[in-house]
Parts: sequence; C-alpha cells; structure tokens
Amino acid sequence: MSSHTHTVQPHNDSWRVGDVTLTSRFLLGTAGYPSPQILGDAIAASRTEVVTVGLKRTLASGGDNGFVASIRNAVRANGARLLPNTAGCRTAREAVQLAHMARELFDTPWIKLEVVGDEHTLQPDPFELLIAATELVRAGFTVFPYCTDDLVSGRRLLDAGCPLLMPWGAPIGSGQGLLNPFALRTLRERLPDATLIIDAGIGAPSHAAHAMELGFDAVLLNSAVAQARAPVPMAHAFRLAIEAGRTAWRAGVMAPQDFAVASTPVGGEPLLLGAAA
Amino acid sequence: MSITIQLDGRPHPLPDACTLATLVGALGHAPHAVATAVDGVFVPRARRAEITLRDGAAVLLFQPIVGG
Repeated sequence: MSSHTHTVQPHNDSWRVGDVTLTSRFLLGTAGYPSPQILGDAIAASRTEVVTVGLKRTLASGGDNGFVASIRNAVRANGARLLPNTAGCRTAREAVQLAHMARELFDTPWIKLEVVGDEHTLQPDPFELLIAATELVRAGFTVFPYCTDDLVSGRRLLDAGCPLLMPWGAPIGSGQGLLNPFALRTLRERLPDATLIIDAGIGAPSHAAHAMELGFDAVLLNSAVAQARAPVPMAHAFRLAIEAGRTAWRAGVMAPQDFAVASTPVGGEPLLLGAAA
Repeated sequence: MSITIQLDGRPHPLPDACTLATLVGALGHAPHAVATAVDGVFVPRARRAEITLRDGAAVLLFQPIVGG
C-alpha cells in the first residue's frame, strides 16, 4: 500500500502481499547473469525478498549450469521467496496450464502472470491476461499480473482478485526507464489503495528511484543488474536507489514550478549593486 | 505393440500401456524434478500413474529455470 505521512519511519515501512509481510521493495529477476556465483551474490547484495524464476521444456536445451541451485541456495540464505513466471505464454490457456506447473514445481501459489500480445514490444495482452487472472484467482493462486499502464484494464484485474498490479515502465529488457510517467501517475492517483509494482523497462537506478518517487510500492527488474559490467555492485546501487525513492515519496517531493522561486530571502533589491549606486 | 508420442515436440517411441509416471522415470527424472502436461493440460504429480499414454499424445515436461 502507498503511504504519504508527515513522519518518515524508514525502519517501519513494510508492505504486504496477501498475508505475507515484506520489507524490501526490490524484486529481482534471475536471468542472464554471468555465473551462478554472481547471481547468488547479486541476490544477497540486493537484499531482495522476492526472486523471479521460470520454467522451460526439458528437451529445449541442456542443463542450467547450476543457476537454479544457486537461486535456491541464495533464497534460503536470504529468507527470500520465489515468484515463478509464465514467460513465453501467448494465450490465457497456456498461461493457466503453466501456472499450475509452476505451483507444483516451486511449491508456491504466487505466480507472475505474463501473457504477451505483441512479439515486437512483448506488450501484455490485456484481454488474455484478464481471462487467465480470473481463472487463476479462482484456483487459489496469488496473481502478480504483468500489465500495461492502462487504468481501466488495471481496475479489471484488481476486480478479478489480483492483490496488486505490475505495470510496465517500458518494454521488457529495453532499459528505457519510465516512458509514460503521466499514465503511471494516473494509476497511482486513481488506485490509491492498490499495491503497484513497476515491472520491466528499468535500466538505471535513477529510473527505479523515479518510480518510487511517484509512489509506486516496489520495483521488479532483471536485465539492468544482470547486464551491468559488475552485477553485484549494481544490485547494491538499485537497493539504495529504491530505498531513496521510497523515503523521498514518504517525505513528500516538492511540487515543480514553471518559473524561478528565490530560495534566499534577500528581499528584492540586489544589495551590493544598490549600495554602489 | 508400441506407440509413438510427441515428447516436447519430438517423436518418441513407447511400449503400449505406458503411463506418464513410467515415462518420467524412464527418462531419468525424479518425480518432483519436472512438471507434466498431456495434450496441453497440466497433469499433477499425484495423477501421473493414472494417465496411460495413447499413440500421438503430446507430452510436455517442464523444469525450473532462471527467469525475469
């Protein structure tokens, strides 16, 4: 939930998904890291409490070179939870079946629901997404829907029983930051009680801080850390940026002005020039 | 008698009356290591022994992987 209080208490700022209380507002993806060791270290440096994972066909490729074991070890060591996704699904039917498989494999009712509607942008399909979300909620899943920043379709997902929304900041893996701040601000203002997590498109820690300054409850990212020259320090940088943005939101960012507003109270006349004349 | 199923999209011969549980074991997977679907429908681990595969069945096996 969002909060905007006069007294900022950084050590008492938890949030919830269902009956689960979380303190970290940084959700981290696990794909594309240079090695299992770096992935594990990045998870630790991020201090994340939610780590995303996926599923693949057994014959699609060989082994995973120890990445999944590294994730499980890091999750255990850091007290984090797994959030499996339905990446690669193009229809509600596919996503529902994959979600059931994920629940069995990872032993969690949490599912990051992805149903893509466009191959070029990997934009979520709002219609298939709603169908899948509705069915999965009825089947007892806790659905984290990866969605666009469209207000009305977001409302429909919440009405269907999703406990939160995960609107995109920009296309997956693009690193472009928040492409439509107006739509994101609108979501925050029109859904003040909803938990909103920016998912996808974040490229730099400043992007994540921006999302948090807008009042979003958390940020989920992957490529920006995995593709950094040094993923572990970058995970640390994102953690600090997300904490800074959250603290700034709670402290109240000043309203922008069109023109200059003098900050030093000199009272009108330039003192030195006035004295010389 | 033998049948041919589509295993992750590839032809795969099997003896007749083979169950899904038997197939998973024959492929070297521990029961908890994979998730299964037959003809596009999820089959829970506990029900694999009840599913006798028919000729032409499309079987998918999934395992954990990294993900964003």
